Amino acid sequence: MSHPQPGPRTLFDKVWAAHVVQQMPDGTCILYIDRHLVHEVTSPQAFEGLRLANRRVRRPDATIAVVDHNIPTSDRSVPIAEPESALQVETLERNVAEFGIPYFPVHDARQGIVHIIGPEQGISLPGFTIVCGDSHTSTHGAMGALAFGIGTSEVEHVLATQTLLQKPAKNMLVEVNGTLAPGVTAKDVVLAIIGHIGTAGGNGHVIEYAGEVIRGLDMAGRLTVCNMSIEAGARAGMIAPDDTTFDYIRGRPFAPQGEAFDRAVEYWRTLPSDPGAHYDRLVALHADDITPMVSWGTSPEAVLPITGTVPNPADVEDEAARAQMVRMLDYMALTPGEKLTDIPVDVVFIGSCTNGRLPDLRAAAAVARGRHVAPGVRAMVVPGSGIVKQQAEAEGLDQVFLAAGFEWREAGCSMCLGMNPDKLAPGQRCASTSNRNFEGRQGPGGRTHLLSPAMAAAAAVTGRLTDVRSLV
Amino acid sequence: MQPFTTLTGVAAPLPLANVDTDKIIPAQFLKTIKRTGLGVHLLHTLRFDGAGHERPDFVLNREPYRHAEILIAHENFGCGSSREHAPWALLDFGIRCVIAPGFADIFNNNCFKNGILPVVLPREVCDQLMEDAAMGGNARLTVDLARQVVIRPNGEEIPFNVDPFRKTLMLQGLDDIGQTLQQDAAIDAYEGRQREQAAWMPGITVR
Repeated sequence: MSHPQPGPRTLFDKVWAAHVVQQMPDGTCILYIDRHLVHEVTSPQAFEGLRLANRRVRRPDATIAVVDHNIPTSDRSVPIAEPESALQVETLERNVAEFGIPYFPVHDARQGIVHIIGPEQGISLPGFTIVCGDSHTSTHGAMGALAFGIGTSEVEHVLATQTLLQKPAKNMLVEVNGTLAPGVTAKDVVLAIIGHIGTAGGNGHVIEYAGEVIRGLDMAGRLTVCNMSIEAGARAGMIAPDDTTFDYIRGRPFAPQGEAFDRAVEYWRTLPSDPGAHYDRLVALHADDITPMVSWGTSPEAVLPITGTVPNPADVEDEAARAQMVRMLDYMALTPGEKLTDIPVDVVFIGSCTNGRLPDLRAAAAVARGRHVAPGVRAMVVPGSGIVKQQAEAEGLDQVFLAAGFEWREAGCSMCLGMNPDKLAPGQRCASTSNRNFEGRQGPGGRTHLLSPAMAAAAAVTGRLTDVRSLV
Repeated sequence: MQPFTTLTGVAAPLPLANVDTDKIIPAQFLKTIKRTGLGVHLLHTLRFDGAGHERPDFVLNREPYRHAEILIAHENFGCGSSREHAPWALLDFGIRCVIAPGFADIFNNNCFKNGILPVVLPREVCDQLMEDAAMGGNARLTVDLARQVVIRPNGEEIPFNVDPFRKTLMLQGLDDIGQTLQQDAAIDAYEGRQREQAAWMPGITVR
């Protein structure tokens, strides 16, 4: 689907150009969408809109639906207790039946968090445009796709037309070179990037992640990095597809098979940015400067190395920034100068679309093995999908976690956001592998510290934020 | 969608940066299957204490700001989750225009789909408008989309930029799905090319 274009182009430029149906005089494009992922929270009003206007779904065969936000991660043999959650799930089931949309029901092993199952099933592929009514759709950019979150009106637009009205984004290159030290993971890399460019640093841009560190990440790590692009304000995050990508995709159920796969790879190899392609902004980080990270505030940019101390508002010159820090510290109940490793936790959450994949669970289990959750701490492990759960159980990871006093739960969004029974109580403090530490994100009044799966497991066994490197 | 032409109304100052959509409408209110009725939950934790009582000092709990139609905030308004429940909650409360130094991209898109005009103005201008807004009901602001100006109570006009395509849709209250469907032939043609050039691309069938 390539159009001849003068000059060297970025990965984003190429994927964009290959999907322009029509361009208007002001630069707005009708952009074709290859894959539309649908879940229960942001779709009911869109389907209702279709019904009211007597419109059909243009490409059910480019659409996949799943429930993830509302469903409990406890015993699945009992009905959903919360009536409004049950209604959203039932509504999705009615809608997918009425409009003929492929669907993984809750009792299907393939059910899971929408951003876990897309890559896992081979639905999210390089060079694709992928959208979903969820901001963490940026995750799928790790496949070499252009993937971004949309609102419900846009969900309706895609259902009806298989396109979106969009203007091209600017290009930002984030390069991370060097070699990560032991104990430093993809999550630490992306937290360091967000800390560096800020929560609005990517606004209006698509970030392409590159450099030796990114190249060296497995697909789970790349998905973690792209997942949090939205936390830097970016429209999307992308990583050029390479042999790591192709090896991951080969044989996945919804990926092209056999000769079709070979033809696809031929095309995918043309996607990486051309030498000399133009980026509007360049950012470089070095692996030597990245340590295990933890967030201390209520914005994902409020992060520090675990070796640090709680910052002091008195050190901040800008009045508005100082006021914001005071507010964050007050909400988080932290004292300036306090060592981060002295902060006790009540709850540990390992899971989410950021860190709910098999390698994430392996990293956490490696720390949990032979240790035990500290007294008074509730620690939960929530696989990102039914398939991740099966694979982890086949490796015996569930037994490692259970023996160490962790809960082993069913797949879903769980405690990443307060929409299902997994919530923090007011005032509770959580070490969480999820993506957002906003006020009340994990439950009203809850306090969130973002960190990697290994760091979360370390916090679980010591009962406080801990430098995982001190446990190995 | 209700057209947006000219709006004159009370503006509420909200001098906070990075107001995320979780703050605009927390997750516990996303379980609705409707677009309406979310106004009572707008900015829930800022407006109400843990027992559900109004915080009397919060701007939207005070007169005349209970009837605000314009909100003025600081940088990166609407960051985080893509939930369109955020603009739905603003609209249901009665707010048709948000003025800030910058908006998160998805929130910005969602506003235009709902007849809410996001106006980007420099921080110092926003601060000046917040001072105007602090004068309350006697100091209404006017937002004129056709002329692309915000008019201060003293009559001063402040120009702003807006995307021409979106401006047209907003002024006329047009349904953009209807607009796109008029280009059905172009979409058909694209799909034809894709079937030919990317024949390897599978469709999704769940078994």
